[in-house]
Amino acid sequence: MTSARFDPPADLDRLNKRALTVGAVAAAASAAGLFLDRTQFFQSYLIAWLFWMGIAMGGLGTMMLSHMTGGAWGLMIRRVFEAGTRTLPALVALFLPILFGLDDLFVWARPEAAADPLIQVKAWYLNQPFFALRAAAYFAIWGVFGWALLRLSRRQDETADPGLVRKMQSLAGPGLGIYGLTATFASVDWLMSLDPHWYSSLFGVYFIGGQAVSAIAFAILMVAFLSNREPMQSAYRPQHIHDYGSLLFAFILLWSYFGLSQFLIIWMGNLSEETVWYLHRQQHGWQWVSLALVLFHFAVPFILLLSRRRKRNVKALAKVAILLLVMHWVDLVWQAGPAFSDHFSFHWLDLTTLVAVGGLWLAAFTVALRKRSLLPVGEPYLEEALNA
Amino acid sequence: MRLEQQPLFGLMAEFGGPRRLIRAIEAAREAGYTEMDAFTPYPVEEVWEALGHHRSKLPAIVLVGGILGAILGFGLQYWTSVIAYPLNIGGRPLNSWPAFIPVTFEMTILVATLFTVLGMFALNGLPQPYHPVFNVERFALASRDRYFLCIGAWDPNFDREATAEFLQAQEPEEVSEVAS
Repeated sequence: MTSARFDPPADLDRLNKRALTVGAVAAAASAAGLFLDRTQFFQSYLIAWLFWMGIAMGGLGTMMLSHMTGGAWGLMIRRVFEAGTRTLPALVALFLPILFGLDDLFVWARPEAAADPLIQVKAWYLNQPFFALRAAAYFAIWGVFGWALLRLSRRQDETADPGLVRKMQSLAGPGLGIYGLTATFASVDWLMSLDPHWYSSLFGVYFIGGQAVSAIAFAILMVAFLSNREPMQSAYRPQHIHDYGSLLFAFILLWSYFGLSQFLIIWMGNLSEETVWYLHRQQHGWQWVSLALVLFHFAVPFILLLSRRRKRNVKALAKVAILLLVMHWVDLVWQAGPAFSDHFSFHWLDLTTLVAVGGLWLAAFTVALRKRSLLPVGEPYLEEALNA
Repeated sequence: MRLEQQPLFGLMAEFGGPRRLIRAIEAAREAGYTEMDAFTPYPVEEVWEALGHHRSKLPAIVLVGGILGAILGFGLQYWTSVIAYPLNIGGRPLNSWPAFIPVTFEMTILVATLFTVLGMFALNGLPQPYHPVFNVERFALASRDRYFLCIGAWDPNFDREATAEFLQAQEPEEVSEVAS
């Protein structure tokens, strides 16, 4: 089999240029916002960065999952996840501005934290140098696993050595466990510590569950884009799309399960230092955001995805995927927002930073996707997956 | 000779591979046959599609089971803790619905699963000690490496000779009459 069979379509260049242009314009607007309202800029920027980082790194996690389980579904979208993994350097570069806004974002990074005895107890962990050091460690660990898996994958393309499947599998196993651990710490650093008094041990898995939802939703959109043009038009079959629909359904249930578990444990415990987090999300407009999450991140997509026909039609499934990407962003706003402001409000910087980071990220993503064939041509199971 | 006087269940054609079977099903549908069934050693999705999506009632039965389970699960907890034996536990409201969700969820799954299994048996008529298709001796191969298409005698277009001729034209390994 020749790799030319699955060369990326030329449209990818157009998508790349468009993403770069839109991203640059939005970045300029956001930069203006930085001078108009510095604190608001960093608040919006953190959420925007977490959103796109979650798609890319959630994709790395989902890819490791597929290396472990095998199956046609993973083969057919592996290149999407691999391209997402290759955006890690861009994501690190986009993370750097956050380091300049730590005292705008985090109470523990401000001078008044010295007067708070509870934060003082946690100060050995919650301080600016250690925060940056930990972020560097997360990126390094994710980078090592991503790099090692990409290297094996490239070698598989060249040599078609069937033994590499097993090698990638045995790397993905520990990789997934370590990803779960590091992403939990990352969620504590980047989101939970916005409210340094509050803690929840389920926060990490809830964060990862949201990442998984957004990663598979983004992959579905890429499948919709690719299956609209050659060479992938004839490669994706309803059976593959069905798998992505089922996977999205499963990840939504997983996210809902973690979300409900966290809420239920705190509700049952009824301790004021824990319930305060949910009380903030039940008033001043935030209650409508909470309700929207229950309805549109769980109930509506749950009912929509019960339909077999919708799961097998990529255009119909893409609509559900868009809904979930929007709701995943709302979920991040809901987690971070009440720490910034008691009252729910929407700022134009929320939008421009999201588009800015997204445009630049998508540009990096399309460059990475363009570099290799759209299917792992050295995979021994590829022929089987194509005929699934 | 005796067989010819007996009422027929239908006509059965045996094929060596799934492609031939699928082509035969498509040809049969084009020829106007509606009452037919196919038998393969393993699930072949295209066969199911070629036969036409005769929609199963099972999903609706499962949905009813799920809704019933949810009502039952929530109702049981509501009745015990609000009506039958109200207790003040840590000042929480009697109708502590967040705490009821796990059991409600489990009951939804349980009753939906029971409805799935029982509904499946009710719809496919199993267990069934006798079925005419087994009167064809070679039909045992359907669970090994042969593919069968059976056109029912109750099909409005069914004609003993014409249908047999039609099946012969589909390049089968063999066409046999199925005694009822």
